[in-house]
Amino acid sequence: MIANANNVWTAFKKKKYHIIIPFTLPSLALFLVFVVYPYGQAMYYSLTKWRGLTPKPTYIGLANFEKLLGDAFFWNALKHNLIYLAGIPVITIVIALYLAFLLTHGKARFRKFYRITFFFPQVMSLVAIGVLWSFIYHPTIGILSSIATMLGAPGPIAWLGNPDVALGAVGTVVIWQAVGFFVVLFMAGMDSIPESYYEAATIDGATRWDLFWRITLPLLWDTIRTALVFLAIGATNMFAITQTMTQGGPNRSTDVLSTYVYERAFLSGKFGYATAVAVAMFLLAFVLSLLTMLATRRDSLEY
Amino acid sequence: MTTTSRSKSPAASPLPQRLRQLASHSFVNISLVFWATLVILPMIWLVYSSFKTDQEIFFEPWALPATLQWDNFERAWVSAYIGRYFVNSLRVVIPSLVLTLALSSMTAYILARFKFPGNRVLFYLFMAGMLFPIFLALVPLFFLAKELALLNSFLGLTLVYTAYSLPFTIFFLTGFFKTLPSELHEAALIDGANEYQVFFRVMLPLAQPGLVAMGIFNFLGMWNQYILPLVLMSERENYVLPQGLSFLLHQQYYKSDWSALFAALTIIMIPTLVVYVIFQSQIQKGVTVGALKG
Repeated sequence: MIANANNVWTAFKKKKYHIIIPFTLPSLALFLVFVVYPYGQAMYYSLTKWRGLTPKPTYIGLANFEKLLGDAFFWNALKHNLIYLAGIPVITIVIALYLAFLLTHGKARFRKFYRITFFFPQVMSLVAIGVLWSFIYHPTIGILSSIATMLGAPGPIAWLGNPDVALGAVGTVVIWQAVGFFVVLFMAGMDSIPESYYEAATIDGATRWDLFWRITLPLLWDTIRTALVFLAIGATNMFAITQTMTQGGPNRSTDVLSTYVYERAFLSGKFGYATAVAVAMFLLAFVLSLLTMLATRRDSLEY
Repeated sequence: MTTTSRSKSPAASPLPQRLRQLASHSFVNISLVFWATLVILPMIWLVYSSFKTDQEIFFEPWALPATLQWDNFERAWVSAYIGRYFVNSLRVVIPSLVLTLALSSMTAYILARFKFPGNRVLFYLFMAGMLFPIFLALVPLFFLAKELALLNSFLGLTLVYTAYSLPFTIFFLTGFFKTLPSELHEAALIDGANEYQVFFRVMLPLAQPGLVAMGIFNFLGMWNQYILPLVLMSERENYVLPQGLSFLLHQQYYKSDWSALFAALTIIMIPTLVVYVIFQSQIQKGVTVGALKG
């Protein structure tokens, strides 16, 4: 304690605090007010009933969470998040690994052109992408429907209007926009693997397939883990794309936890309950990243 | 050194192997061309469709426009308020970006360079901000903004954007400042500079690459931000671009002006594309640093 106080005092004498305080206080204040305080309050709001009409929320303990367990809309939304989780990360990573490997070792021309092209959807906003794909999926003005008709579909297909295909249609768009990002990430990882490894293996008669499985994949494992966590967290969100393309419809067939939170809070005015759903959403993301890290853990290869 | 595997000339190989090489080579190209088409085709279709009339858009989805309908763009910019939304976005993103970079670089510099009790606590407090999804904060944030009279306010949105950008930016820049040689700092102090001069004249210029990366990363995040303005900006005249665009799309179900909507999307996409192609390598670096976060 005393040693600590002495430290502070010597430091102050050295005038360090003349810079430390003004350089950290504004960030800290902004962060405490707009980030820490709301997150803290969220924990409390999730234990209350509040329609926003009374000045103060009413404390109801864990009642929101009990209600959650019996809420079919909640499970419906959670189910869709889990379907995205099962599909999007794996498919995106497989496509991205494949394309990145071809670009790194396939001796393709126009390597730079492909990299720039693949990455482009990443700089567009998800809303813009959602609007673009709403056009493409549109039964009359969209190009996909006319392709389907050419291939023999009986009539125009409402990709986003049909509860059986809407979820897949939205998920496909997310894969479409995410692949390029991971191609660039994986290419950077692949470029840092020494060329001599591949040369040695090629001389020993390895095929490109062998090179991928025996050299690239093991040495890229840490990057792939990061990608998995990144995509898994993304699959627990899905807000912008869903809200733009379907707003959770038709008939809640594309509802996810994030759109459900937004709807409960800002369209139905159930602020306490919506916050409880958000807490569940946070727990899902947290547990998932933890599980992904544990499940994919293996000793890092050094090279 | 990289030519060892390639220098085995194909002519020397037996015929079946050459065929296989040829096949695998075209397989590579087909895969790459396929994905590139999947990315480019929707964009091309969007751009030429935005020159069509509503009639053409509806009845001939693939056809090129008979005559170029330039007034689609005028309607999008003026009547559909894309111009206004564009300005609104700038009014939030520019100050947020400046504030984020200024505050983060100062704080990161202190956390990276100064020993004082509480340094680590402060660092991990900021880092904890990255742990939670923003959805958890939405309801409290809305009521906080309401109490502070910051709803429907550009200042309010600026403060919120900045606050939520601080954790990652501070994390990244702290790492960056740590890599700068400490001798420079001491040398400048010995030369009679005070701590402020050391920061602004010596350290900040050296941190420029880090600031550029964070500038790009945050710009894209803020420019494309959707949920925060959706909750905090409810007046239509204050909408930012993604919000306005989404509103326009949902409005089409009542009022059909598809051609203006196509044009609106083209107006939004083209500048992004141009800026992206010019700065693509910095942008790709700036955006992929986000993966460190995972």
